[in-house]
Amino acid sequence: MSKKIIKIQDLKREFTMGTETVHALKGISFTIEEGQFVTIMGSSGSGKSTMLNILGCLDQPTSGVYEIDGVSVKDLSKNELATIRNEKIGFIFQSYNLLARTSAIENVELPLLYNSKVSTEERRKRALNALEMVGLADRIHHTPSQLSGGQQQRVAIARALVNNPVMILADEATGNLDTRTSYEIMSLFQELNKTQGITITFVTHEPDIAMFSSRTIVLKDGHVIKDEMNDTILSAAAELAKLPKEDH
Amino acid sequence: MRLLNLLKIAYKAIVLNKVRTLLTMLGIIIGVASVIAMLAIGEGSKESIRETISSMGSNMVTIRPGADVRGGVRQDASTMESLKFDDYLAIKEQTTMLSYITPVVNGSGQVISGANNWPSTIYGVNPEYLDIKVLGLQSGSMFTEAEVKSASKVVLIGQTVVDNVFPDGEEPVGQMIRFNNIPFKVIGVLEEKGENTFGQDQDDVVIAPYTTVQKRILAITFLHQIMASAISEEDAPEAVTQITAIMREQHKLADDEDDDFTVRSMEELISTFSSTSEMLTILLVAVASISLLIGGIGIMNIMYVSVKERTKEIGLRMAVGGKGSDILMQFLIEAILISITGGVLGVLLGLSATVFIEKFLHWPTSVALYSIIISFAVCAVTGIFFGWYPARKAAALDPITALRYE
Repeated sequence: MSKKIIKIQDLKREFTMGTETVHALKGISFTIEEGQFVTIMGSSGSGKSTMLNILGCLDQPTSGVYEIDGVSVKDLSKNELATIRNEKIGFIFQSYNLLARTSAIENVELPLLYNSKVSTEERRKRALNALEMVGLADRIHHTPSQLSGGQQQRVAIARALVNNPVMILADEATGNLDTRTSYEIMSLFQELNKTQGITITFVTHEPDIAMFSSRTIVLKDGHVIKDEMNDTILSAAAELAKLPKEDH
Repeated sequence: MRLLNLLKIAYKAIVLNKVRTLLTMLGIIIGVASVIAMLAIGEGSKESIRETISSMGSNMVTIRPGADVRGGVRQDASTMESLKFDDYLAIKEQTTMLSYITPVVNGSGQVISGANNWPSTIYGVNPEYLDIKVLGLQSGSMFTEAEVKSASKVVLIGQTVVDNVFPDGEEPVGQMIRFNNIPFKVIGVLEEKGENTFGQDQDDVVIAPYTTVQKRILAITFLHQIMASAISEEDAPEAVTQITAIMREQHKLADDEDDDFTVRSMEELISTFSSTSEMLTILLVAVASISLLIGGIGIMNIMYVSVKERTKEIGLRMAVGGKGSDILMQFLIEAILISITGGVLGVLLGLSATVFIEKFLHWPTSVALYSIIISFAVCAVTGIFFGWYPARKAAALDPITALRYE
């Protein structure tokens, strides 16, 4: 049995809106093991975003257990949460969230800037390495405006990889991309998952994306309604090859 | 997070918004430049005032015999004979606060040269008198200590005396004159000083060695006055205290006896001077704070806009592990960098403005080091003060909302 990266038990999250209490998550339990590629799905209002915030240590549960890499997140201070995010999680966002007018390599270095244990040389080396992994070694001095959407998302993936996180947490990472590019990105994820054994949690509402992952968790109204391993994992690279060739 | 990294981040943010940063700095630049230039003008005029005042002998201290009462009649102090040459010696030997000291005896009489004559006053002094009264010589030279010792019959005369006794424009130096029928050789002419504040003609004087005046004109052994100058204006009050103590000792006065002499400094002049310069300083500091305040508000304004504009960036930084304190420091350092860079540019601009004013307007200026240090320090403080609130706001953002901010 491989190592448990995420352990969630009877997790609840409530928000107080004026006088009303909204129960966004109503007792969720699951574990994610090292090397898994998990998709968390759900329509809007299912508690998916709340789940993502808690998984990303941006928010804390009202009750229940959330452990990441053996660390219980509940009762941690804001600063301790920031350190967890810095050392254990790699974020990827729908809108890339790259710093404008800042080169790719500097964008990738960003998380390491907040880690005082990493020296300047080490930082540069790791950033270069991460950019190489996403196939952008020749674009390190390009700024986001000089890169295509797919390339920008690759920079964001490199940024997520640079701190050697225990888990990559992607939030609709292909939402802004066309089909071809999103398949390219998915194939990159699959490759990272397969060759590097990186744990990936992908939050999305697109069902076809889930087919590329090894496990799907579906949320509805704050409950897990489906949690199953995928028997037939589609290869994004193969799907990409099937797409009609573009004209250019 | 290391400070160097923070500096880099802040530097980048500034460089990425060059025009905006420069415009923000403008307030600080103009503020600091005007402070430097104004303080330079202020210091310049203060110095020229100081020169004017010290040319009046502002650090002068005079010792006169005190008034006495004889048989119920109060006597004029000038008729007293209680001030002795020994007093002069005692003060000269014991004091530490004086740079020059001279005995003074004076008498009036008629100056005669050939067919011309003129009533004037003769002052018997030693060579230090010129330094005490800040007098210069037009021609000739001052008498020497040797001439004092030998009670030589030599005099220096003021311009008014020259005009009246040598009306034909002859060179007075080397000529013989008579004062109260005693022949004197003129060895020098004093520089013109005009009237003093009381309307007295300061050029209507004859100066001779005090020994000569004592023995040959007045036939006295006591002194009318002792004149001295304190090392500086600030030292004058202390010099007065010291001299008073020496004189009491010298005159063997018991603790319950009043002084039988008076010691005075130019207190009024000094206090006028210091209150003027204090006013000037207060005024300039007020102007300085107003301009820097406005510059600071400019910084605060732009930092606010910056925090708002970069909300998403802040969210991202927090998501990848930036702590609240990191974000706070980032914006604070950015504000400080802006204000300090503005300060440096302001100092440079202020210095060039000062040079310009000196060169083309011919105003006296003097750049004081303290003005540079102060405006620099104020800049840093302004940056911290006005950067703090926006930075706090940035640091307090919730990463989730910040990330979703559009």
